[in-house]
Amino acid sequence: MGLAVKEMMAKRAAEEIENGNVVNLGFGIPQKVVNYIPPEKKVFFHAENGILGAGPAPEKGKEDPDIVDSGCVPITAIKGASYFDSADSFGLVRSGKLDITILGALEIAENGDLANWMVPGGLIPGMGGAMDLAKKAKKVIAITTHTDKKGNPKLKKRCELPLTATECVSLIITDLGVLEVTENGFLLKELFYGHTTDEVITKTGAPVEISNNLRLIDYKEA
Amino acid sequence: MKNRFNKIKTIEEAMKHVTDGCTIMIAGFGGIGSSYDLIQAIIKKGVKDLTLISIDAGDPDVGPDHIVGNKQCKKLITSHIGATEAAGDLFNLGELDIEFSPQGTLAERIRAGGVGLAGILTDVGMGTVIEEGKEKISVNGKDYLLETALTADVAIILAEKADEFGNLVYSKTARGLNPLMARAADVTIVDAKEIVELGEIDPEDVITPGAYVDVIVHGEGDWTWGWQ
Repeated sequence: MGLAVKEMMAKRAAEEIENGNVVNLGFGIPQKVVNYIPPEKKVFFHAENGILGAGPAPEKGKEDPDIVDSGCVPITAIKGASYFDSADSFGLVRSGKLDITILGALEIAENGDLANWMVPGGLIPGMGGAMDLAKKAKKVIAITTHTDKKGNPKLKKRCELPLTATECVSLIITDLGVLEVTENGFLLKELFYGHTTDEVITKTGAPVEISNNLRLIDYKEA
Repeated sequence: MKNRFNKIKTIEEAMKHVTDGCTIMIAGFGGIGSSYDLIQAIIKKGVKDLTLISIDAGDPDVGPDHIVGNKQCKKLITSHIGATEAAGDLFNLGELDIEFSPQGTLAERIRAGGVGLAGILTDVGMGTVIEEGKEKISVNGKDYLLETALTADVAIILAEKADEFGNLVYSKTARGLNPLMARAADVTIVDAKEIVELGEIDPEDVITPGAYVDVIVHGEGDWTWGWQ
């Protein structure tokens, strides 16, 4: 058996990260990306509560209550890390020093609009730092299931939910494959093993162009 | 410990500044970097109709959400309430007004308030519900939202160390909004884990100069985190 679907999505996202990159990971599957960074790459993970150089969780019993990530989970600081206040933390994001942010999504439109912060009538958790990150990171990667729990497409012509930021997502990694947001809409570039272009077209709520160099991602050996 | 600037006080004395209807900033992120003792003192005093400004509604046990859940707030200005139910429930009942601000924008509005600016211009939130009712200003042909500065009557700050004058040092990711809020209030109340003599903090290490600090208390800060 190959990797579980969520792990494959995280592993694929990790391929986008280069040595020396400054990267912010959202909640959920994005947080798994850290497990697939090869040791030869030195990556500085940014947590918006005020650290650049977030490291793995400490051993149990060795947690420092003053070193946590944006989910308030104890972490460590890697060599070369820095601490700063919240204004500096988002100043870094707004001024274009954050190379990549990897976020979850509720809906993504074919022009790159992202909705991931609230469902009207439901719980209103607040946007936290999502609007700042989605709008101002140099590259926004969305990791999401291709459809919602009812089977409705999450990739559509226009978002119906309140937006997090406009025209921000450039790459989408789903459980079916990898799509780029181009000027002409969704471009399917890669398929995970076991899925087909027809399946992606059927499950997407907007036209999907298929790349001439379609890659088949097979992590079965991983 | 000398007290030549009369800033070092008891928690009870500090609470004289927290009154019904006042606007209060409480720093901390999910309770980390929040003063447990001062939050408990506000709950004990039972002041009402507060406007609370905090980055989130905190951890239900140690953060500012405790005050929200105790129904002491009429308005909450924040970026996130997702971690807890109290704020959302009160909002749904119509008992609490919530103004959401994107986290970086919120930080910058507080920073602006603390450095004597009236507001900031940002494109974060453009094209979303955040822009509703806000003035747009064009700079060099590009539109920005005018986000107004935030100030408060009182700021509740947690510092790792304070000296007699109020020079402050923070700890790691517990810094958060502390240095920003410390500048943005009429009365800045600091809970310092340690209070030291003048000169014991290297001027190079000071994050908040003592001129911003009005009251220093020494809290015990004894609580247990969820993961402990």
